[in-house]
Parts: sequence; structure tokens; C-alpha cells
Amino acid sequence: MSEHLKELADIIEAKRPDCVVSSEIVNGELSIICPPACLSGLVEFLKSDRNCQFSTLVDITAVDYPARDARFDLVYHFLSMYQNHRIRIKTALRDGDVMPSITGLHPSAGWFEREVFDMFGIVFTGHADLRRLLTDYGFRGHPLLKDFPTTGYTEMRYDETEKRVIYEPVNLTQDYRQFDFMSPWEGGEYVLPGDEKSGEAKG
Amino acid sequence: MMDGTKNFTDTLTGEQRIRNFNINFGPQHPAAHGVLRMVLELDGEIVERADPHIGLLHRGTEKLMESRTYLQCLPYFDRLDYVGTMNQEHVWCLAIEKMTGTQVPRRASLIRVLYLEMGRILNHLLNITTQALDVGALTPVSWGFEEREILMGFYERASGARLHAAYFRPGGVHQDLPDDLINDIETWCGKFPDFMADLDGLLTENRVFKQRNVDIGVVTEQDILDWGFSGVMARGSGLAWDLRRSQPYELYDEFDFKIPVGKNGDCYDRYLLRMAEMLESNKIMLQAIEKLRAPEGQGDVLARGKLTPPKRNDMKTSMESLIHHFKLYSEGFHVPAGESYTAVEAPKGEFGVFLVSDGSSKPYRVKIRAPGFPHLAAIEHISKGHQLADIAAIIGSLDVVFGEIDR
Repeated sequence: MSEHLKELADIIEAKRPDCVVSSEIVNGELSIICPPACLSGLVEFLKSDRNCQFSTLVDITAVDYPARDARFDLVYHFLSMYQNHRIRIKTALRDGDVMPSITGLHPSAGWFEREVFDMFGIVFTGHADLRRLLTDYGFRGHPLLKDFPTTGYTEMRYDETEKRVIYEPVNLTQDYRQFDFMSPWEGGEYVLPGDEKSGEAKG
Repeated sequence: MMDGTKNFTDTLTGEQRIRNFNINFGPQHPAAHGVLRMVLELDGEIVERADPHIGLLHRGTEKLMESRTYLQCLPYFDRLDYVGTMNQEHVWCLAIEKMTGTQVPRRASLIRVLYLEMGRILNHLLNITTQALDVGALTPVSWGFEEREILMGFYERASGARLHAAYFRPGGVHQDLPDDLINDIETWCGKFPDFMADLDGLLTENRVFKQRNVDIGVVTEQDILDWGFSGVMARGSGLAWDLRRSQPYELYDEFDFKIPVGKNGDCYDRYLLRMAEMLESNKIMLQAIEKLRAPEGQGDVLARGKLTPPKRNDMKTSMESLIHHFKLYSEGFHVPAGESYTAVEAPKGEFGVFLVSDGSSKPYRVKIRAPGFPHLAAIEHISKGHQLADIAAIIGSLDVVFGEIDR
């Protein structure tokens, strides 16, 4: 399987040298990093080339790395039911970058791109219907960003006096607790309670 | 259009000049199989546009998982597709096992196959009978639930829970099966074909059922590719695509089973396919039981190591085991940094997980690829030009469950 994927990677790299920044095979999965501008061309090539035949779009998603300059990794998974192989295409995006939509090539991309827009705020140009998909009507923010709190900003409840559902800022009676299990010997970056002044004394 | 109104332009009556009518299908419609709000634009009885509004059951599973340990994430998978729950847990275990390079013991793998096929029967029974309910047959659903109840009893005897089992664990399964449970499952498997014959007699040649399903919601091979269909939706149109056969996982390459394939790609073919798949699953279960009883099928059900808890006896005597147990259930095990996409043939189609790990004990990012998601995305394409009443039959046949679509 791995040799077959190696051949496939070589074919793609030979025919589309400008599209492939790097490729690797880990855990028996082929993964290609591609510049954002080339993505549509590469997807079209993967769909039409006889050796590839990646005619099914399995999934589109994104990963958020706030510390990186190019903050997002946009990840596409394709499957060929005819050749029985899979491929992963990754492309790095800066915050605010727009991506060309691939709905023209794969109609199924429509909802996947809507979901990525909803969850990460990445805008796809050429998408006919880029609305929010999973979150509430009138929702603000993009929940899967790492700087979006898990508890969210608003909560809703049914109000008996107003006889309707109302939205309010989140009010937690107890702090949302995130335990850090890193031991002090492994270099946990936190201050133990009562130990706040130890650093000052030293230096 | 199906009733020919579109080509009929010479003498328009007042009724035909009326603008198209918009209705809300759901979110509380019993035939929507959950909380689906669908805005339909109707030209008379004919569906012109269908816009599903999903997300009413969105619980932020992917976000929650980023702040939980790998083991704590497992029960969330039960709550995705809550019809055949173990099939979802399975893909999570497979993803972790792939990234950590864990080898699952043979007995655990056999138990998994047994329960995965049980999950497939659970799912198909619910789907077939509730779809029949949507098109007007009231009896099958009570028959099907009777069998489902027995199967959920088997779930309970293995894991302690009827639905949200949390039974599959990274590295194996939580507990071994007692012998009398295996005997009872075998007895049930022996009787199941008779039940299937009853169900078949009730539905397959039923005139109303056929009128409501034959040639409704036809899916072509091109649709499968364009819209990312998998599972029964793909096989119903003649594409023999089953991940259990094409990209085998667990011990599926050892089992003898057929992959039923449809011809016409309509709702009726998908119904026939699900019926045939249940009988195949029954055969796989019987084979799994036989293999579980063979000498090779004995042994431990967990790959003892970093991923799994130590044995209770060891914990009482060994300090290392006690520390291991404490660290496993507080900090959790670490998964090497990297990323992987793992997919299985869940009852509804390809269920996948894209897991990004940063080497800590919590996943950095998890993307759940639910089979129902692209299926529902294509509903406008499939249902355009059908009558309003066919929408219920199509939704039933797509086999949507909102736990997994909304996540």
C-alpha cells in the first residue's frame, strides 16, 4: 500500500510540480502540502487524472494554530472508489485570507465549506450560498478557533415573565476548570498556589 | 416535472398562476427523524427547492473534545449516531491505535466484530421500520423494536448500558464476554432469519410500500461521486463499495460475507439492501461466535500497556500499577504528535475521524466525518421534482440521524 502511495506521490509531483510543496506518507496515509493558489487546479487534476481518479470528496476541515504566522491549515480529504486510495491535501492560510471554493468540481464541498466558514471564519470565494450551518441563527464568533472559549459568550433560556426565549451573557457560578496534569518536574508552566513570590526572591 | 405542469402553458387557470408556496418541514415533524428544519418551496405538490437548516442538535462535540483526554472523548462518540453506538466508538479507538501503533488482541477484535455487526442490525432495523412508518406502515416499527430491545439487552450485558455503551476502548474492549452471553447471542442469531422472513412478508411485496418507494429518490453513479455518498447510498446504485472489504480493518478479511448491491438506486433498492445486509451481519455474528470459542479466540481483551488500565489484582499488589492507574484516569495517555484520518464502514456509510495530536494527552483537533452529513446535503438534488409526500420517504431512506450530522 505504502509503495503504491509513493508512486502516486511521485506521479503527482512530476505532473504538477508547482502544486506540491512537500509530500509525506505517515501511518499509510499520503499527505500533500499545496500552496493555496494552486488548490483548485490540483483538485481538478486529481479528479481527472487516470492514475488518481480522486472523484469523491470525503471531507474538508481546518485546524487552527494561533501561534503560527499562517494561522490555519485547511485540510481536504479525497477518496478514489475506483483505485481504492485516499489522499490528504493541506494548505496553510493566514487569518483573513480567502480560499477559492471547489463547489464547481465537487458539489458536496458546499456544506463542508459552509461548516468551515461557520467554525473558523474562513471565507470561500465563488461559493453560492456561504451561510452559517451548524450554529444558531444570529450567532457571533467562530467556535472552533482556539481563542473562542468552550463555554461561549451567550446562553439562552426560556423567560417566564417575557414568555419567550432570551439570550444573556454566560454566567458561570463556578469557574470553568481546566486541569493541567503536567508534573512540575516536566516543566509545567504554572505557579503553584502560595508559591507566587518564589520567582521574585530568586531574581 | 413529474405531473407535467411545467410544460402546460397555453391556458393557465387562476390556480396555476399562484406563486410558489414555502413551508417549514419540521423541526418537530415526526418524519424528519430528529430535529431537521427544512424550508421547502412547493409548486403545488411538487418540491422546487429544499433548504435544510441543521444544527438544532449541535452540541459542540469537536470543541469539547479538545479539552478532554482521549479516554474522556470516547463516550462522546456514542452520542453521535445514537442508533448503533459502538460503531462510532470503534473509529475513535482505531484512530488512537493507529497513531500509537497498538496491536489489539485477537479476542478483543472478534468481540468488536460481533458488536459492530450487532450495531449494524440495530441501525438497519430502526431505519427500515421507521421509514415504513413514515410511508404509512404502522406494524413493522413495533416488531423491529422488539428485536432491537433484545439486542440492546446484549449491549447491556456486555457494557452495562443499553445505548451509550463506552465498551470499546483504545487497545481492546472494556470487559470480556461471559460464556452464557455468547450462547444467548447465538440462540438469537439462529432465530433472527425467521424474524427477517416475517418482516420481509410484511413489507417487501406490500403494494402501498412499493408505490411509495419504487423509483423515488433515484441516485445515479455520478451523484454518488459528486455528493460524496457512501455506504448503502452508494451500494444502492450498483457501486460495490464497502470499506470492510476494500480497506479491511479489524479481522474482517477473515470473515465470509457478501456485499449486497442494488440496481436502480431508488428508495426501494436501498430498503432491499438493508434487509440483505442484516442477514449478512447475522452470518458474520455467527462466524465471530465460532471464532470466539476456538482456542485462538481465547485470551486477554485489552492490550496491556500505557493505553489500558492494569488488572485489578496488580493494582492491589504493585505500586507501579497503582500509579499507572491513577495517571491513566487523571492525566490520560499521550498520543504521539501527528495526524491521521481513519474511516470505518458504519451502518450509515463512511464514518471517519481526522485526528490531530500535539503529543499531549488531549487531542489538538478532532474532525468527525459523519456519513449522514453529505447525504443530507444532497437532499435538494435528490428530492427536486418529487412530491411533498415523497420527502418523508427520501429522508427515511437517506438514514439521517441528527446526533452525527449536527455533532
